[in-house]
Amino acid sequence: MKKTYLLPLIIFSVLALLLYKGLYLDSRNVPSPFIGKPAPAFDLPRLYQKDQRISAEKMKGQVWLLNVFASWCVSCRAEHTVLTGFIRQYKVPAVGLNYKDYGTEDYGHDVISWLGQLGNPYTYVAVDTEGRTGINWGVYGVPESFVIDKKGIIRYKFTGPVSQKAVVEILVPLITTLRKEPA
Amino acid sequence: MLSMQSLISVLRWFTFSFFITVMSLAQAGTIESHSFDSPEKEATYKRLIEELRCLVCQNQNIAGSNAELAQDLRRQTYEMVSKGSSRDEVVDFMVTRYGDFVLYQPPFKFKTLLLWFGPPLLLLISLIFLVRQLRKKSTKPELELDKKQRESVRDLLK
Repeated sequence: MKKTYLLPLIIFSVLALLLYKGLYLDSRNVPSPFIGKPAPAFDLPRLYQKDQRISAEKMKGQVWLLNVFASWCVSCRAEHTVLTGFIRQYKVPAVGLNYKDYGTEDYGHDVISWLGQLGNPYTYVAVDTEGRTGINWGVYGVPESFVIDKKGIIRYKFTGPVSQKAVVEILVPLITTLRKEPA
Repeated sequence: MLSMQSLISVLRWFTFSFFITVMSLAQAGTIESHSFDSPEKEATYKRLIEELRCLVCQNQNIAGSNAELAQDLRRQTYEMVSKGSSRDEVVDFMVTRYGDFVLYQPPFKFKTLLLWFGPPLLLLISLIFLVRQLRKKSTKPELELDKKQRESVRDLLK
């Protein structure tokens, strides 16, 4: 009990350590309540084939990626190159959810020229003009990416741009294990 | 020359009032007007938009934020409330999609125990600590000095 004078020092060190750690936490990284839950249903018109629709149901039975993007989103641009590389190299079925883009009511040219310029790696591009599907998926900061398993369960979520480091360290190992799971 | 100056000032005044009008018109465009068929629904809506957090701005509720997401969430809340959803139903809807973080007041559960009890616990611990220290001080006898020490003190104080 003689060492009680050390107590304030210990409390201070613990607090300092916690606060130091807090400095490097990303406040955008709000834990998604969707991990381990079924992907919310959607049924949306496609960008290039206006008369066709794409739904979450159609993607079942495979490990797939849903990437929320918009042509007005600056960080999507940087992410797009990284994701395109990943999607093409690992042949990942991917849905690009075009979130509240300009002029998508008439399937506007902004997103089409954006994809024309940067390349279109998506299997399907779904158009969410009013952002209602976005709300259903808990989207609050574009870009966001979800990994969905063969049973239609969301297994991982990125908020903000996916980096090359995240592709190598998280995405590749994740889809490799998910692909081995039974459908 | 005087007429020239007054002309300029009139022009200035016109430009000024023109911009004020334009600005207030632009403002009027962003005000959302929602009509409800009962005052209870309106109250529920107003309460909800105060309680829900805008996840983009994080330190604002959706009532006070003009972010696009806040507008969308207000629209969602309005639609649900006007169709007769209760406060709890809207909160459930938001929490299943955005997590507990969407609520300004965190729910009471195991994960948030520390959040709820941390501050009072800290206060209690420090009070106990303070009381102990104060008691120790008051009961401890003054330092006894022997004769020799007393003399040396006296010498020092000379």
